[in-house]
Amino acid sequence: MTPEQLTEVEMITVVIDGFEVTVPKGTLVIRAAEKLGIQIPRFCDHPLLSPAGACRQCLVDIEINGRAFPKPQASCTIPVEPNMIVKTQLTSPVADKAQKGIMELLLINHPLDCPVCDKGGECPLQNQAMSNGRPESRYEGVKRTFEKPVSISSQVLLDRERCVLCARCTRFSDEIAGDPFITLNERGALQQVGIYENDPFKSYFSGNTVQICPVGALTGASYRFRSRPFDLVSKDSACEHCASGCDMRTDIRRGKTLRRLAGDDSAVNEEWNCDKGRWAFKYLTSRERVATPMVRGDDGELHEASWPEAIAAAANGLRTKRVGVLIGGRATQEDAYGYAKFARVTLGTNDIDFRSRSHSKEESSFIAGVVTQSTTTYKDIDKADQVVLLGFEPEDESPIVFLRIFKQVKKRGIQVISDAPFASRGSKKLKAKLVKQISDISGLTDKSVVLVGERLAETPGALSAAVDLANMNNAKLAWIPRRAGERGAIEAGAIADLLPGGRPVSDLAARVDIQTAWSVDSLPTNPGRTTEEILDALNLDETNINALDAVVVGGVDPMDISTTALSKLLNTFVVSLEISHSSITAIADVVLPVAAVVEKSGTFLDWQGSPRAFEKAIEDALTRSDVRILSMLAEEIGAPIDLPTVAATRREIAAIGKWDGAKSEFVKVAAKPATISGDKLLLTSWRQLLDLGSLQMGEANLAGTARKAVAYISEGRAAKIGVSEGDLVKISSEQGSINLPVAIAQMSDENIWAPRNSEGSQLISTLGFVSGEVTAVKA
Amino acid sequence: MTKLQPVLSANWNEKDSFTIAGYTRIGGYKASTKALAMEPDAVIQMIKDSGLRGRGGAGFPTGNKWGFIPQGDNKEHYLVVNADESEPGTCKDMPLLLANPHVLVEGIIIASYAIRANHAFIYLRGEVVHVYRRVQQAIEDAYKAGHLGKNIGGKGFDLELTLHAGAGAYICGEETALLDSLEGFRGQPRLRPPFPAIAGLYAKPTVVNNVESIASVPAIINNGIEWFQGMGTEKSKGFTLYSLSGHVKNPGQYEAPLGITLREILDLAGGIREGHQIKFWTPGGSSTPMFTADHLDVPLDYEGVSGAGSMLGTKALQIFDETTCVVRAALRWTEFYKHESCGKCTPCREGTWWLVQMLQDLEDGKGTEADLTKLLDLCDNIAGRSFCALADGAVSPIISSIKHFRDEYLTHQRNGGCPFDPIASTLFKTVGA
Repeated sequence: MTPEQLTEVEMITVVIDGFEVTVPKGTLVIRAAEKLGIQIPRFCDHPLLSPAGACRQCLVDIEINGRAFPKPQASCTIPVEPNMIVKTQLTSPVADKAQKGIMELLLINHPLDCPVCDKGGECPLQNQAMSNGRPESRYEGVKRTFEKPVSISSQVLLDRERCVLCARCTRFSDEIAGDPFITLNERGALQQVGIYENDPFKSYFSGNTVQICPVGALTGASYRFRSRPFDLVSKDSACEHCASGCDMRTDIRRGKTLRRLAGDDSAVNEEWNCDKGRWAFKYLTSRERVATPMVRGDDGELHEASWPEAIAAAANGLRTKRVGVLIGGRATQEDAYGYAKFARVTLGTNDIDFRSRSHSKEESSFIAGVVTQSTTTYKDIDKADQVVLLGFEPEDESPIVFLRIFKQVKKRGIQVISDAPFASRGSKKLKAKLVKQISDISGLTDKSVVLVGERLAETPGALSAAVDLANMNNAKLAWIPRRAGERGAIEAGAIADLLPGGRPVSDLAARVDIQTAWSVDSLPTNPGRTTEEILDALNLDETNINALDAVVVGGVDPMDISTTALSKLLNTFVVSLEISHSSITAIADVVLPVAAVVEKSGTFLDWQGSPRAFEKAIEDALTRSDVRILSMLAEEIGAPIDLPTVAATRREIAAIGKWDGAKSEFVKVAAKPATISGDKLLLTSWRQLLDLGSLQMGEANLAGTARKAVAYISEGRAAKIGVSEGDLVKISSEQGSINLPVAIAQMSDENIWAPRNSEGSQLISTLGFVSGEVTAVKA
Repeated sequence: MTKLQPVLSANWNEKDSFTIAGYTRIGGYKASTKALAMEPDAVIQMIKDSGLRGRGGAGFPTGNKWGFIPQGDNKEHYLVVNADESEPGTCKDMPLLLANPHVLVEGIIIASYAIRANHAFIYLRGEVVHVYRRVQQAIEDAYKAGHLGKNIGGKGFDLELTLHAGAGAYICGEETALLDSLEGFRGQPRLRPPFPAIAGLYAKPTVVNNVESIASVPAIINNGIEWFQGMGTEKSKGFTLYSLSGHVKNPGQYEAPLGITLREILDLAGGIREGHQIKFWTPGGSSTPMFTADHLDVPLDYEGVSGAGSMLGTKALQIFDETTCVVRAALRWTEFYKHESCGKCTPCREGTWWLVQMLQDLEDGKGTEADLTKLLDLCDNIAGRSFCALADGAVSPIISSIKHFRDEYLTHQRNGGCPFDPIASTLFKTVGA
């Protein structure tokens, strides 16, 4: 709704318990009462779900134009009307008795197991039974019992006897997630939530049902029986898993993360999050965490070291060398800013890149010229007439964006267009129209939104075509990277072409800005290089003027970049800032342990460029943020960056602000259509939401709901190679091969798709690329 | 003395009453021919003017219901006939469909034409396979005879009629639950508004009518408004089927003008079984508050019954003589409602669960006067608090039986158990009962 339309909404004044309240037409009575601070008890009601009227807990007396309803009405189903007088439990003895009666009925079959129930202490049933129930039950009969618990997926458990059958979970799954895998079945008091016989609750959003369950009927396997709510300290935090930008709540007990919940931000995630954001936090307490600094000794082995020793070793190694800086896409904006300043001030180079994935020069230019200027937000999706997805599978790569598009598909039937090779489950839910190439898309308007994924950089000219498409139609364009830190890294200047605030390195005025802010005489002007180029430069002969001979690496998995990335780091001096042991720490000369998200303060910019700052959740964590370690290192090297704390870094970023000078031009690149020869196929891929991503390690319950790796091919291709659904197919490149079960989809005979980093389908390490020419035969 | 008035049941004694030949012989499908020659709005007006009220229990004027369907809206309209008769005691639609299915088919043609529906559905109780077969045959024969299908009677009116068998849930007699079930979902009542007239089957304007209401339409078209209004009482016009069951000499269907009394019907039926007296009875199925011998002269029309504190309902007159334990009867009915509660809302789902346990205790002689007070309070917390009317029906036999037979409840406790011999109330126990 546009602001103009918003002002046109008719306002209605009603009287509730003697107080007038004016609310927009269509507001439900229960919500109008909330505005007055009158809390009507409820279970099935949820502001983001369609009204059910099932629990009957919110009964109130209503009168319209002097005519009273003969019986109390469910205030969660009735919109306000002019001349309406509502009497809640506070002023109507009938409503009060009705509510107490319902509460007593809800409790007759509810077990008295609050002392062992996860929900005890934060339970709407417990709380409202105290506020709106009888002090004691009059029920003396036999309670209904069920076998418990039923595991409706590997991560969600159901205790049916606790369920009050409010249908919040089933409505959420159907209406919000589009995954109607749970349903109410049986009848009467034996009614229960159930799953289909052969289909567990395989939704990426299943955790939300646990959060909105008003009783302890749905519990998460990883939190069940682990803690009591009153022993937890809740902290606002941000999700580190993707660029959707979810508000999060992290619950800590004695220095340990016990659970994470979706926070409430109506502009971003509303009240939802995905299962990865909710449950993938075991990496924090993994045995692989780097506990102390380590320095490689003369024996070639890593040895534990004190911080001064390690910092000195790193400084000595870097001081005289030509150094590049590689940081993964997961750094906070403050940490990325630390790397950016460290590269320019301490190392005197623009050789810094945050992209530890496939990338291109075209993308560098797109980032500098387009992404830094983008103003597209979730609100644009809310009012879009069409949404175009280019190199982007929202359900897998940015699940909250998916929920927002799905909401509009459901509500307004908007058209979704995708350039995917086949209709994924997400695409099917969005009823997406598939196109073969960007040039096939037409009919966009200035209300359309073009969402570009990071994978578009893998096709030369595709980002240029996307920009042309948007510009031609005055449509909105946004770039949605997968990782949470990428957008912040751009603003922080952790990429060769940009200084903080989107300032082009090539612009003298921009450099002067930053020189002044940083109190330095000059900044490097040499053109910086991309991740790939930095890796290549490390392997040039040291006499070559372009050669690099040391690298600072933060949070990079070389296998995300290419098969050869790790080997390119072998003969060079590597300083690794890492949370966990990895293939990089295994070859690094100095390893400096850094804090993970809940152990530090920081800020993530979501794909919109909106910041979500968070404070340290585990207050007594001993780990340090990257920026603080870089500051120590810079000091030791002798070219300080003066960023001793995250707070100081934030102040400096705020003081610098955004660039308002001439923006860089996006230099377009001509499309180079992918060609395939002979009987080969073009492999494409993306990462599924739940896969072998390093931040998902150690969470078996979550992994249990990951979609199994399959290779999608067309029916024609399947016939050609003599396989049918479920048979194994062998996909080979020059480097290697994988075997995957076949799934048939409507797609071109020349295409094949496989997940990028799933169990049994890790494409870079096996085939050597994420998209390219392969052969496929019956295995 | 009111006499029987067989209209729907007029040909039930004919051996071939259920065939198209038998129906045509008594003038069948003349009314639909006549109606198709009229303007649809004129048909609606005629039914409005006749004063025909819904025979499914609520008594809503049928013509008005048809009139609620928005016309000229470029949407499909649907007629759905509720043949999910499953209330304890109610047994009028099944005999009617068994004996004369074509009268319903003809009524459907007229009603569909009036509301501009080109597809009608009959939602039939699934357990009555023999009725299903006869209705299915009737539909097939009507298609063959050109009464259904394309361009009916050359008048350019198309109508498809689909017979659907339910899967055995009382709740599917509730019209919105019926629509959900018909759409393939679980039968649970829908939130209203929107009402079916605006968004019913497949979210399209839909009329849901009882079998008997629709079956009454051809006679009105044939015989006119005045003929119809010549029967019945001031606000309850016409004839209807009264279903007499229980401790009576001749149970069965008694078709009579509205407003007849039970005393009159019993006279026609030969009275209560030999040597016994009436103790209590339901005017319209188990969900209508029970009456006693004091109510024999209540006119059995919508106003008469509701004036006496009950509801006309489905006119299912279940008669119980003095051998029947009213506590046991209420318990049996409540067990039915507990079994049939769909589970959607708290008061019905949990309330019926609790009610059965309390009634069982009372029947076993374990309930005190305080329990009776608690039971009535529980009923008060259920009645009018539920999502649909099922729970209201569930508590009505309890409240009304306590009202009329409070002492009998207490006798159970004093007696340490039920004072009645359950065998005495059975129909096979005649000697010495």
